Amino acid sequence: MLKLTIQKETNQVAVSELTDLERRFLNAYQHEFPLSPMPYADIADELGVTETKILEMLDSLSRRKILSRIGPVFTPNRAGASTLVAMAVPAEQLEEVAALVNSYDEVNHNYERLNDFNLWFVLTASDRNRIEEIIQELRDKTGFQILNLPLEQAYHIDLGFPLWC
Amino acid sequence: MVLTDTDRKLIVAIQDGLPLSPRPYAEIAEQLSLSEQDVIKRIRQLQSSNIIKRFGAVVRHHELGYTANAMVVWDIPDDQVDAAGKKLGEFDCVTLCYRRPRQLPLWPYNLFTMIHGKSHDSVIDALEKIAAETGLGAFSKEVLFSGRRFRQRGAHYGQR
Repeated sequence: MLKLTIQKETNQVAVSELTDLERRFLNAYQHEFPLSPMPYADIADELGVTETKILEMLDSLSRRKILSRIGPVFTPNRAGASTLVAMAVPAEQLEEVAALVNSYDEVNHNYERLNDFNLWFVLTASDRNRIEEIIQELRDKTGFQILNLPLEQAYHIDLGFPLWC
Repeated sequence: MVLTDTDRKLIVAIQDGLPLSPRPYAEIAEQLSLSEQDVIKRIRQLQSSNIIKRFGAVVRHHELGYTANAMVVWDIPDDQVDAAGKKLGEFDCVTLCYRRPRQLPLWPYNLFTMIHGKSHDSVIDALEKIAAETGLGAFSKEVLFSGRRFRQRGAHYGQR
């Protein structure tokens, strides 16, 4: 069996450590971020603080790596093509193969998972051909088993994360 | 909606997030030689045509303390998978629920759910509750907890 390597975490913050303002912001603005010329000022008005306070809070959330970004989450396969890929990699080569996978800008999420298929990543490109080309390159370069698992039907897409889970 | 070259450039400009400064849309507009109003209008169109699913704060679960992240994969008969997917997608702690093709004989699973929790045990508890409430407990499944995160960011639809 493959062993799970626990990554040393230095940035980990529990939800309970969020400030009241951060919690209110994250509850309200994972959706429906203002599409107005001064969105942070509008959020500040809504939450009863200054714009500077909001920008400082966002900077802090970013530095603590809690906030990935303020931006879009795309519907899969609308602006381009994407797929989920799994590879079965010998444990001692996992880091090396993960680095090879990460050398492609088309890779967004890339995780180790505890399974014989132990490397899982999402490929997103402007078209399906580029996806097939990358998978073929990875097959050729590594010789390991690869599963190509494109989305067939989405029943529930990332709609933001409920802080009470 | 057919994406224009300008829309594609806009997608590339916002895919890693808005500037954290008072006039973020104006800054993007300047990079693309558009007006601020045009940038806002185009983002709104991308949303209303469902190319952008949501627009707002994107958090990292792990740094929020949800350190246990499991991909739970199910082998559900083809004639029941749509109903099962809809049921599973209704649980708050299921953040994604997708149908994907089986790859027999290597991979028999066709329904993929992501469950986040504060610990290994809380994810397992949530999963047991979900399996019991949906009646899907009888089907074969596997739980794949995450280990190292080698990359975690939003999709890139091209480079700047």
